Amino acid sequence: MNRIERDRRAPARILADFLRGVPLLVLLLALQAWAATPGALGPDGARLFLTRTGFAPSEADVARWENLTQAQAVDRVLSETTRVAGQPAPGWIDETIVRPKDLRAMGQDVLKLERQTQIRYGLELRTWWVQEMVTTPTPLTERMTLFWHNHFVSAQPKVRYAQLMYRQNVLLRNQALGNFGALLHAVAHDPAMLIYLDSVSNRRDAPNENFAREVMELFTLGEGHYSESDIKEAARAFSGWSLDADRFTYVFRPRLHDGGEKTVLGRRGAWDGDDVLNILLEQPATAEFIVRKLWLEFVSPQPDPQRVRAIAQRFRSSGYEIRVALRELFMQPELVQRDQDNALVKSPVELVVGLIRQSGAEVTHPNALTVRLAAMGQNLFSAPNVRGWPGGDAWITTQTLLARKQFLETSIARANGGGPVAPTMMRTGDGNAAVEKAALDKAVADPAARLAGAIQALAQLQPTRIDLAAWLKSAGAFPERAVGDAGAKTLARDLLVLAPASPPSAEALGTDALRGLLLDPVYQLK
Amino acid sequence: MNTTRRQFLGLGGAAVAAFRFADLARAAGEEKPRLLVLLELRGGNDGLNTVVPVEDGRYFDLRPRLGLRDDAVVAFDRSLTLHRSLAALRPLWDAKEMAVIEGVGYPQPNLSHFRSIEIWETASASNEVLQQGWLARAAATSAFARFAADGVVIGAADLGPLAGGARAVSLSDPERFARQARLAKDGQVAARGALAHVIQVENDIVHAATQLRPDVTWQTEFPRGGFGTAIEHAAAIASTRKVPVIRVTLAGFDTHQNQLNTQAQLLRQVGEGVVALRAALQEVGMWENTLVLTYSEFGRRPHENASGGTDHGTAGVMFGFGPRIAAGRIGDRPALARLDENGNLSFSVDFRSVYSAVLNDWFGLDSERILGHRFKPLALVKA
Repeated sequence: MNRIERDRRAPARILADFLRGVPLLVLLLALQAWAATPGALGPDGARLFLTRTGFAPSEADVARWENLTQAQAVDRVLSETTRVAGQPAPGWIDETIVRPKDLRAMGQDVLKLERQTQIRYGLELRTWWVQEMVTTPTPLTERMTLFWHNHFVSAQPKVRYAQLMYRQNVLLRNQALGNFGALLHAVAHDPAMLIYLDSVSNRRDAPNENFAREVMELFTLGEGHYSESDIKEAARAFSGWSLDADRFTYVFRPRLHDGGEKTVLGRRGAWDGDDVLNILLEQPATAEFIVRKLWLEFVSPQPDPQRVRAIAQRFRSSGYEIRVALRELFMQPELVQRDQDNALVKSPVELVVGLIRQSGAEVTHPNALTVRLAAMGQNLFSAPNVRGWPGGDAWITTQTLLARKQFLETSIARANGGGPVAPTMMRTGDGNAAVEKAALDKAVADPAARLAGAIQALAQLQPTRIDLAAWLKSAGAFPERAVGDAGAKTLARDLLVLAPASPPSAEALGTDALRGLLLDPVYQLK
Repeated sequence: MNTTRRQFLGLGGAAVAAFRFADLARAAGEEKPRLLVLLELRGGNDGLNTVVPVEDGRYFDLRPRLGLRDDAVVAFDRSLTLHRSLAALRPLWDAKEMAVIEGVGYPQPNLSHFRSIEIWETASASNEVLQQGWLARAAATSAFARFAADGVVIGAADLGPLAGGARAVSLSDPERFARQARLAKDGQVAARGALAHVIQVENDIVHAATQLRPDVTWQTEFPRGGFGTAIEHAAAIASTRKVPVIRVTLAGFDTHQNQLNTQAQLLRQVGEGVVALRAALQEVGMWENTLVLTYSEFGRRPHENASGGTDHGTAGVMFGFGPRIAAGRIGDRPALARLDENGNLSFSVDFRSVYSAVLNDWFGLDSERILGHRFKPLALVKA
């Protein structure tokens, strides 16, 4: 456009051009405000803190936190939590569970139908949770719910009933930032757990050691802090914990309980299961085990033994208040320092939910999102075994890294990035809903195809739609324009917690710079 | 040691060097590269209901409900009775391509799944924690440098015996892997911690994707289902002749309850899977260079529990297959009369002597150096 034409610009256009400068202006103002608050996190610190304690934040979120000091941010993140999910629960959660025995009596067809229904409910349940994570105003609540989900593992393939998996999820969220002792006792009585670790078949005359072993090895003490005899004795104490056959709720059956004396970790008495849990809570090893695991989740890949021990001591003497441990952990300098040594690998959930929240994406196929997570190695409600997902570097294998990158790349492909989209999240267009429903119907109608069929069909759908122009705008960049030196730097800082392995060039168009950063190895990190 | 090797490979010179080495080897008339296929039976396979001691009355005393009798078993000869689901293996036994190793375990057994599989996969002692898998340590000697990757893992996310520095690739489907691999970039960035790991995996993808491209149409029919597909993928990877180790995992052996149905269904997949693998590798001329070994973190408690299952135990059973295997039975029958204080079996074969045979006699490597101790190699490979 030449000079004369430019002079003839319509007033609206002039206004538009002026507004284009606004993000920069806002940034400058924000920078000033930050400089004015001594010890404030600033945009980088805030972004890192929010990514670590929740999911990757939008720039609007960053603006809300950057003027806080770390202590203020810790206060806020711990005070904004909740104990109940915001999403309406799936419609089937109160449906009566029919015992397999009764189902079998009704014939093979009924049994088959029930199995398929449970598969479908399971998928809906997973998607329900993903939606909660995408929309929650308190990401920490969901991160902690997920943490306990991966600590007190129960998995649907064994538990079977989506209703029970849902109940357990409600329980975990309710105590996610509450009291660890209360949580331990509640989980031990939880129906899904009673089934998952075979408590229901643990009887006086025939002890089953599964729960007794895992509660020590994985839920409290950690390996090496108990003996085989402790397990055998504890299994006797847990005998008689069972399920009501009609309501599928916890019930104690005194006649199946071994009321005799047991010696657990050197303590002798006629212990019942709750006594054993209290003995486990008395051990310093328990507090250290939990704090160390939380450190690996939030702080760095190398727990500092001294600091872990100190935090564990306070955690234990607080009577296991989870907030006490989190407050101390969140105050560690690692939470706000951009440093390779502190970087942690994002779980698939963190990668996917983070991208959606950060970019303001619309979720067009929520169930497809769930299936993609499974392909990345995190099939919610279905951890591979009782130890859960090992996490950390183990999230990244040749297979999962490719699944992650494919998701990231297709998220911003032109075909999916199209024009601006309505800002409503989790809105499912009618056409999309029809496609998903058809895929699911096919899956449950065709026993041979089963879930594998549904997964294949859903995996073909693009789960999200991102308004690239809107996203880039927050960094002052445009899809079809070169980002420039400043733009490349801003984008890199907005998206990555470390300097990129291959930084975008100043000549790169906005979309290409964005793609390069999403596919950068650093985007896998938090 | 690994970093150095990796940097060397990252320079790109290694590919050329390795290629020349392979050429030389071929020119010198060396045979096709040897392949080890590991089948992991995850969860702790019950050895007593796999190789069944039907002649021992104590077996039926310990297992009034789970004991396998009559048509629940199949006898390959007078000395070997197996779970009926393994009947498909008969042709391998008859062809002297099958070894049965009983009583495999280690001193001071650990009954945790996770710790015990770690002991197996790092070849450590019970009270010793090692970071590197036993085959990753073999790879660290540059023994496998001429291959495209040190190993391929199918059906599980963890790298198991290849964890801790090997150039290992985990994949579910070789074709899709090749298609997707364009998303990875060969990074040259010096990095630490988690970032170093991500970059390393990217490099492995790029390297493997350029070479592991199976081009084969099978006559062999593979069993339906996930494990059958995994076996097909393993055969496809094997057909490239560019990896020395493939591990395939079948999970679900943790039969605390309802063991009869579960184990029958799983062992059938194992038996049919091995038969299909043999047929496929015969098709591509690789079977003669293949050694197949099964392993599991432990066997199960001889005394059945009240849930129609068995709890975690100790010594278990391994199978070996291949034309060069020393066919027959190895190790002692389980001594049901002499259970330990937890009611578990004692072992007669240390699993590390199996590894020792694989390293020494199969790959021609120095097992003592790799395992860190001397374990007398089991007579597993025909001289």
